[in-house]
Amino acid sequence: MHHILELLDRTAGAQPRSAGFCDETTALTWQQAARWVYGVGTALDALPGGVLHRPVGVYMERGAAALTAMLGVLAAGGFYTVLDTAQPPERVRAILDQLEPAALLTDAAHADAARSLAGPIPVLDCQTAAAVPPDDARMTALRQAVLDTDLAYVLFTSGSTGLPKGVAVTHRNVLAYSEWVVSTFGFSPDTVLGNQTPFYFSMSVTDLYGALRSGACLQVLPRRLFSFPVQLLEYLCARKVNTLYWVPSALGIVANWKALDYTAAPPLHTILFAGEVMPTAKLNYWRAHYPQARFANLYGPTETTDICAYYELDRAFRDDESLPIGRACENCGLLVLCGDRPAARDEAGELCVRGSFVAAGYYRQPDKTAQRFVPNPVQTAYPETIYRTGDLVRTNERGELVYCGRLDNQIKHMGYRIEPGEIETAAFGQDKLDDCACVYDAARDKLVLFFQAKRDVTEALRARLAGRLPAYMQPAEYRRLRQMPHNANGKVDRKALTAML
Amino acid sequence: MHTIEEIIAMIEEVKPGLHPAPEEELVKSGKLDSVDIMSLVMALTGEFDIEITPLDLKEENFRTPQAILAMVQRLEEE
Repeated sequence: MHHILELLDRTAGAQPRSAGFCDETTALTWQQAARWVYGVGTALDALPGGVLHRPVGVYMERGAAALTAMLGVLAAGGFYTVLDTAQPPERVRAILDQLEPAALLTDAAHADAARSLAGPIPVLDCQTAAAVPPDDARMTALRQAVLDTDLAYVLFTSGSTGLPKGVAVTHRNVLAYSEWVVSTFGFSPDTVLGNQTPFYFSMSVTDLYGALRSGACLQVLPRRLFSFPVQLLEYLCARKVNTLYWVPSALGIVANWKALDYTAAPPLHTILFAGEVMPTAKLNYWRAHYPQARFANLYGPTETTDICAYYELDRAFRDDESLPIGRACENCGLLVLCGDRPAARDEAGELCVRGSFVAAGYYRQPDKTAQRFVPNPVQTAYPETIYRTGDLVRTNERGELVYCGRLDNQIKHMGYRIEPGEIETAAFGQDKLDDCACVYDAARDKLVLFFQAKRDVTEALRARLAGRLPAYMQPAEYRRLRQMPHNANGKVDRKALTAML
Repeated sequence: MHTIEEIIAMIEEVKPGLHPAPEEELVKSGKLDSVDIMSLVMALTGEFDIEITPLDLKEENFRTPQAILAMVQRLEEE
């Protein structure tokens, strides 16, 4: 297998009439989904010059149609970038300037915005394109023109310097990664995945390609329901969702409101999470309601397709214990390096990744690529590229990897190296605490703990941390927020917190 | 008794730049996202003598400023 759409053909052939891509208003069987995909592919191919080996932007509502647009780009031999329609136009323009797409795909609701962003770039309405009769001969020819080392998509992540970085991911990356995720978590035609993450975020890759490979049904959950946890659970029940792969903040909304105590529990058997540290107290709420379900903490950056390490819960954790990130995924190699040498036992080092999940690099950014995608310093007999994640890990006594924070987030305070995550984990056992994040106020050389709670628990938190952490890790200031800020992916927005200092 | 102006002022405080009409749709349109709604819940429970339970936290109650006002008045009577 060398092309992602071979997965679609296999699934659409095996189970044409079962539900494929669904959202609140649309339900596509696999056969219909395939028909839309090749319609979009044929329409894109009909543009002057086609889109073979060229980028195409997808600027539309998150939903079933957007999924067929993304795959339609692959059908035409191109690669896609999903653009966030909620982003300010200047940032979208900065991405388009780097990408120079051959076309933009959009929907009726975003057509005007897409046209004003596109300038001279052709803009296609996805619904119109999906209705174009597929040209099977061209689709076959285009597939043969694409190698598994060619790009499937470019996902833009926020760069620390402000310029977004486009992570270039190949067909081979997606084929290797999706094989791991489907076999490890047993995705099957009986699986119903409830998608929470936006399609410009790497976690959605697991949802989309996990479904494509296994024949699972992908239910795209309406974003607004994440404001209304009881209704969210009711929706999961109505759509028979049995598998979740969410950011911890999204699972936390249900736990904060104890929403599972107020409505029938959805028929979940697999609950996966990634993207940020999972507060164990929130997880314990879920585990109490789903004692039989599989839970796993997944770890990985966009640059390793989605995930490179995982820990499946096999024991109980106290609310103030943190979860390990576990072990390498199958067909994925992990190195823990201090500079260019392997870390010693018990020593924290930078996590580096080798293998088929490692992306091609950053699109049109050779300097940034060279900084992160580097020759393996440990194995030098032949050229091999590894990806340096910038994340610090160490190995615990069980042989599991433990996440220790970002290399560049690490705080130097009173001569000590401090991981904000350690302070947050200690705080999270506090009753009535919904959320917290620790940031360092460099100007005043102080640790500040921001928290969200239903009542003021400052004194209780202070006493709690005094009993659990050394003096140099005690926050000098506690600030209660009405609401912890979150970025577009749903993760705690540390930059916004730093700006509040 | 509270007025619709009070509710609109609280929405404007939570979401600077938004000046909703009493019957303006806020949720489906994405004008208030989940972070805004949680902030609004905290503001409402802080300002008024009400408790918003998970069962009150539903789309119908937050759809428009008018709907929010109706919820506040109902919860105050309870």
